[in-house]
Amino acid sequence: MIGKWMQVCALTAMAGLGSATALAQSKYNFQPPQSAVAQEIYDLHMIVLWICVIIFVGVFGVMLYSIVRHRKSVGHQAAHFHENTTVEILWTVIPLIVLLAMMFPATKALLAMRDTSAPAMTVKVTGYQWKWSYEYLQGEGDGIRFFSSLSTPRDQIEKSAPKGPNYLLEVDNPLVVPVGRKVRILTTAQDVIHSWWVPALGVKQDANPGFIKDTWFKADREGTFRGQCVELCGKEHGFMPVVVEVVSPEKYAAWVAEQKKKSAAAGDAGGGVVDGKAVYEKSCQACHATGVAAAPKYGDKAAWALRLKQGQDTLYAHALKGIRGMPPKGGAPDLPDAQIKAAVDYLVAAAK
Amino acid sequence: MEAAHADHNAHGHDDHAHHPSGIMRWLTTTNHKDIGTLYLWFSFSMFMVGGVMALIIRAELFQPGLQFVHPDFFNQMTTLHGLIMVFGAIMPAFVGFANWQIPMMIGAPDMAFPRLNLWSFWLLPPAASLLVVSLFVPGGAAGAGWTLYAPLTVQMGPGMDLTIFAVHILGMSSILGSINIITTILNLRAPGMGMMKMPLFVWTWLITAYLLIAVMPVLAAAVTMTLTDRHFGTHFFNPAGGGDPVLYQHIFWFFGHPEVYVIAIPAFGVVSQVIPAFSRKPLFGYASMVYATASIAILSFIVWAHHMYTVGMPVAAQLFFMYATTLIAVPTGVKVFNWVATMWRGSLTFETPMLFACGFLFLFTLGGFTGLILSIVPVDIQMHDTYYVVAHFHYVMVAGALFSAFAGIYFWLPKWTGKMYNETLGKLHFWLSFIFFNVTFFVQHFLGMAGMPRRIPDYALQFTDLNQISSIGAFGFGLSQLLFLYVVVKTITSGEKAPHRPWEGADTLDWTHLPTPAPYHSFATPPIVK
Repeated sequence: MIGKWMQVCALTAMAGLGSATALAQSKYNFQPPQSAVAQEIYDLHMIVLWICVIIFVGVFGVMLYSIVRHRKSVGHQAAHFHENTTVEILWTVIPLIVLLAMMFPATKALLAMRDTSAPAMTVKVTGYQWKWSYEYLQGEGDGIRFFSSLSTPRDQIEKSAPKGPNYLLEVDNPLVVPVGRKVRILTTAQDVIHSWWVPALGVKQDANPGFIKDTWFKADREGTFRGQCVELCGKEHGFMPVVVEVVSPEKYAAWVAEQKKKSAAAGDAGGGVVDGKAVYEKSCQACHATGVAAAPKYGDKAAWALRLKQGQDTLYAHALKGIRGMPPKGGAPDLPDAQIKAAVDYLVAAAK
Repeated sequence: MEAAHADHNAHGHDDHAHHPSGIMRWLTTTNHKDIGTLYLWFSFSMFMVGGVMALIIRAELFQPGLQFVHPDFFNQMTTLHGLIMVFGAIMPAFVGFANWQIPMMIGAPDMAFPRLNLWSFWLLPPAASLLVVSLFVPGGAAGAGWTLYAPLTVQMGPGMDLTIFAVHILGMSSILGSINIITTILNLRAPGMGMMKMPLFVWTWLITAYLLIAVMPVLAAAVTMTLTDRHFGTHFFNPAGGGDPVLYQHIFWFFGHPEVYVIAIPAFGVVSQVIPAFSRKPLFGYASMVYATASIAILSFIVWAHHMYTVGMPVAAQLFFMYATTLIAVPTGVKVFNWVATMWRGSLTFETPMLFACGFLFLFTLGGFTGLILSIVPVDIQMHDTYYVVAHFHYVMVAGALFSAFAGIYFWLPKWTGKMYNETLGKLHFWLSFIFFNVTFFVQHFLGMAGMPRRIPDYALQFTDLNQISSIGAFGFGLSQLLFLYVVVKTITSGEKAPHRPWEGADTLDWTHLPTPAPYHSFATPPIVK
């Protein structure tokens, strides 16, 4: 039996190795750690894994020996013992000691992971269905805020357009942070629970609506590190990646200057031009094009007929405040009311 | 043998079943054996339905990109697959075993409340129908995962309400079934059968039934709060009204962790009957097995938040739940050591039930070790909600509970039907299941560690090859179960006559005091246990 199992593992390993080249390091283990915390998690896992492997081999070595030597077919007669207090106490106490020993490094690592004190900068991460927003609250770059959404073209996902190397793990605006500085992350969410995860940095924190939780990381190396939302948050859960770009302090200062210039140029233009179609395409169609969460579909006259009877003002109110499956403003709370109303007009026009 | 014949003769008039025939037999029966059969067939059909959903998931994940299903439908599949397998397939399978075996193992004529028994079974088909029908209402079935986390559940369409009612009905069925099982075990044991003489399977069900009564109302409360949040303006889980979405998770997992043991403990019971029978040696450490099982059950109430290490609990709470969780490894280890010690210096044979029991022992322990790894908070924070967790719980649910159920079916089928299954095909079923199970799920450990989240319909390119292996394994595993169906149907329709006691080492009352097949009414006069 064990032989078969090994065979399966070997086959699996061989099949996997075929295409593992640059990714070899991360294919059968955690991604290469890029922060002290991620390194600590990596090492802790290896310790626990090896303890488990040793016990596993010990226990199943005994079982395998028994399977081979104590068979009826080789003429083995059954013994009749059925208890042994000494042995039973031993195999209760020894595992207990092993577990206690494991708790020391685990506790130490956890306390270090949860120490969010004295950060060089703080960024608030908000989860939306289905994108992230980043607000730099404190430290160099405070005041910068932007949304970060998946930038993989729909053609690559739904059709057979060739997929790029960072398929599903690329965004329009990554989170940019300087290398070697402690970044405190505050997480919250607008609608449902999301979870912000960057494996290489060893950081994962749920983003709960209505509450703020914190975590932190300090990247040891420059580079682009990719992760994903890991708490099921609805239809597009698989399509809201997290990308963190770790850059040198100089590059970071330049990036901050550029961002500040951009936002100054945008000034207080507010929501810009009122364009119902554009708002629909950005914020509504995820549900209203497909009927997710029982949303009336774009252009579905039957579904809209009853709703149109309620009158335009009721429809505006529902869109602004949310109704049933629909969050307030369709999950785009930053849009001014006029933009939302324009999107409603756009949907209504198509349903008449 | 002689005892069996004596019993057979003494109650000859009972052996010929006085019951309606045809469909009415199955609709109106209060006989524990018939109800056991109903539970088992219900469980198998749900296993097929949930299995098809699993294959839809694995087909979509065969390659990156969206090929077959819409992401929303994908979420509905993962949700229904989980709910149907847990509540429709695995739990009813073990209730089926309980119905068939507990009365025969303790020398009782039937369950304590036969009509309640009938009612607990007939609650299941409507509940399962609600789950399946929810696929066809506007917006489709609930797509919030089997854990039904708020506030995502508040956004769902009417399919969510059907799911909530289904969970209510399933919970009712479990509670009524548990009351029946506890009463039967405590009151209907044959003279001389003290608590510490009961077969371990009976002990595990006694403990499981108490767990169910303790936690099912908690689940009912969680989904009821979701229902009132959805329709009646309450704000239990809505922060805008002063609620807390994390509260839902605490309530759910206060049910959810003991639920894991509701599934695992009867599986331990079956394996504890099978291993000694094929080792021809008494179970090692019977008393410590009972104490270990009870300890696991009690500890299961103080570890729930290890499913929630990333919600942002205070560090003291994380430490408490880590320490408490790792403690469970101690009684679980005791059980594994006891099973291995039972095999040690036995006289082993490897018929199909024993193969499945060994497969269980080996793979369940592997799942136990990944559980231990996941109990370590810093490591779990890296692995939480990834495919590593998916691999972990399928090792304990499939290779643990399901393999144990297969062991039980092959072990007791001769007793129930009086016919022998085809040993070659049984062994083939085991090896196909064992190999394809590992092909499907072993690679998922690597996927999770490399960074693939669970519950996603599409994935980054570096996960492609391992997902393909996993999908191939899943289809192999699914198809292998059709062989199981064939073996069972063949046994019932045209199996060879089974010997009175096909398993030398089986020594419970059903084997020693009843003929094979077991008569429709058994133990009208209780046996005397010495």
